[in-house]
Amino acid sequence: MNITELTKIKSDYLATNPIFNEPKNVHPLEHRIVLKNYQIINPEEIVEYISKDGYFAFSKAITMSQSEVIEMIIQSNLRGRGGVGFPTGLKWKFTLANESDEKYVICNADEGEPGTFMDRHILEGDPHSIIEGMMIAGYAIGASKGYIYVRAEYPLAAKRLQIAIDQAKDLHILGTNIFETKFSFEIEIRLGAGAFICGEETALMESIEGKRGLSRNKPPFPAENGLFGKPTVINNVETLANVPFILLHGPDKYKELGTEKSSGTKVFSLSGKIKNGGIYEVPMGITLNEIIYKLGGGMKEGSQFHFAFSGGPSGGVLREEHLHLKVDFDSLIPFDSIMGSGGIIIFDQNDCVIDTIKLFMEFNKEESCGKCTPCREGTGILFDMLDDITGGTANLDTIDALKYLGRMVQTSSLCGLGQAAPNPIFSTLRYFKDEFVKHIEHKSCSAGICTFDKVMEEE
Amino acid sequence: MRELSNQNLETFKTKMMKYKKTKGPLIPILHEAQEIFGYIPLEAQQMIEEEYGIPNAFINGVISFYEMFYHEPTGEYHIGVCSGTSCHINRSKRILEELKKELGIEVHETTNDGLFTIVNVKCIGRCSEGPNLTVNNKVYSQVTVEDVSHIISEFKKS
Ligand SMILES: Cc1cc2nc3c(=O)[nH]c(=O)nc-3n(C[C@H](O)[C@H](O)[C@H](O)COP(=O)(O)O)c2cc1C
Ligand code: FES
Repeated sequence: MNITELTKIKSDYLATNPIFNEPKNVHPLEHRIVLKNYQIINPEEIVEYISKDGYFAFSKAITMSQSEVIEMIIQSNLRGRGGVGFPTGLKWKFTLANESDEKYVICNADEGEPGTFMDRHILEGDPHSIIEGMMIAGYAIGASKGYIYVRAEYPLAAKRLQIAIDQAKDLHILGTNIFETKFSFEIEIRLGAGAFICGEETALMESIEGKRGLSRNKPPFPAENGLFGKPTVINNVETLANVPFILLHGPDKYKELGTEKSSGTKVFSLSGKIKNGGIYEVPMGITLNEIIYKLGGGMKEGSQFHFAFSGGPSGGVLREEHLHLKVDFDSLIPFDSIMGSGGIIIFDQNDCVIDTIKLFMEFNKEESCGKCTPCREGTGILFDMLDDITGGTANLDTIDALKYLGRMVQTSSLCGLGQAAPNPIFSTLRYFKDEFVKHIEHKSCSAGICTFDKVMEEE
Repeated sequence: MRELSNQNLETFKTKMMKYKKTKGPLIPILHEAQEIFGYIPLEAQQMIEEEYGIPNAFINGVISFYEMFYHEPTGEYHIGVCSGTSCHINRSKRILEELKKELGIEVHETTNDGLFTIVNVKCIGRCSEGPNLTVNNKVYSQVTVEDVSHIISEFKKS
């Protein structure tokens, strides 16, 4: 394979099959980069991907130096879409700087946060874009092997990725001496086995190595000491899917979209009591109002907006007064919330905010890997306290205890799971304190969900 | 049938050998065993220990860590209701209660006929279509309490 052959595949295909599917349900506010091929090409046909300029970004990257590729990503301001928003170019730069006989690229496709489903759609709808993103990363840092860690709950995604890898191998896009250069790259798929913590980057590496998915202490960071002890770049699905665009169209074009500190687009997944749940790709900086009332089409019949959660079990609550806020990596932080990975859930008058954070804490408790005490024990005790509140056995001191233990878990946990687990409690205490008091003092729940029957059990 | 039999042990042995050149082969091998036997029998663990030199106790620890690996035999159909946030606010708990009642078992238990095991299901990425119920890899969306018995009987027949 070389650029001439690639161009020929594209023009031959366009000459005989010029018609693609019409994109479905694209909202006027959307701007599609990551989803540009979504529902348009057949994800199981590599020629369709190539006909949409697929693998041209890689063929360009390979004519540049490694540092030039990385510089382009740095210039674009691309930040990781897996939740924390770390600058992708910097991560690559650190990994390039660490010399080693072997390095790895990992695509984190473990998407497990409840309410988050954009990665599934990207993987199922355009698997080659992930492969191309990984190849560019691999070339840039000097890796010859990539892993895609897909959660086992996404069998269709895993199947389509395997088809895509096989087709890329057949065309010698993956393999040895790719595009007649010295660069070789292969990709292996690994399936998760139902552990949410394996989305945390170091736990994920432990899992690929064949161990329990226990988070590692950081530093050392993966850029230095990652998979099998080698320098490793790990990126989220959506992050990687942005990479080909930046290579093809340049960082300036990319930065035209989004906000100053969060460039490009974000794919949001909307669910809950909203009319049109689903995924939407829009420029960063869109307001919550636009997300809920324009993209989502407003509340469901009979539902009134009560609150929203962004960032799932690590995130924060948003009230009516926040809906004018722009959403990007930084702008929700002063309000004790985060954009996170872009999963936004909308709740109505029949949903209780305390019941919701109790559910989050139950999730964190069950998914804690158990390695560090603050997270393993702390999430359990925080859950019990919330259960006391909804069960009717709490008193006002419980609120102080929640804060005290919450701070402890935040500051002393080993990894992001424990560090972020108390976030929903703090943001809810800030904006729905009255609801706590009502539950505790009057055993009354505005939504009528909480049963306060723990009292009766104990009597 | 997903069970411990000599034939399945043979099948497993062949499958297991595919990973001789794989770095970090344990999780893929455990997936093979889980698929073939419906759980990961001691016999299979011992075969892994012999071929790959991974101590049995270590393998056991790995099995107990992951939700999808089982120490004990499980049913032909793993059936569960998503407990994720979006499904929860669409009252998924009621669906789970109905499922337990219909099958007469609790989560992680298996029916006497060996057909069904109720499993924990966390968000499966179909949050805007909940509540979701899954049977192995099949997904039922916007499930109602009334649907539960129909879904079960679908699998009893086949
Ligand atoms: C508990 C936990 C779960 C996580 N789950 C995921 C996940 O499912 N997918 C993901 O991309 N990142 C996840 N992350 C973030 C990763 O650790 C890591 O930051 C990310 O894969 C880096 O890629 P990015 O820079 O492209 O965002 C998780 C982090 C924590 C603490
Ligand atoms: S919450 Fe049930 S599928 Fe996501």
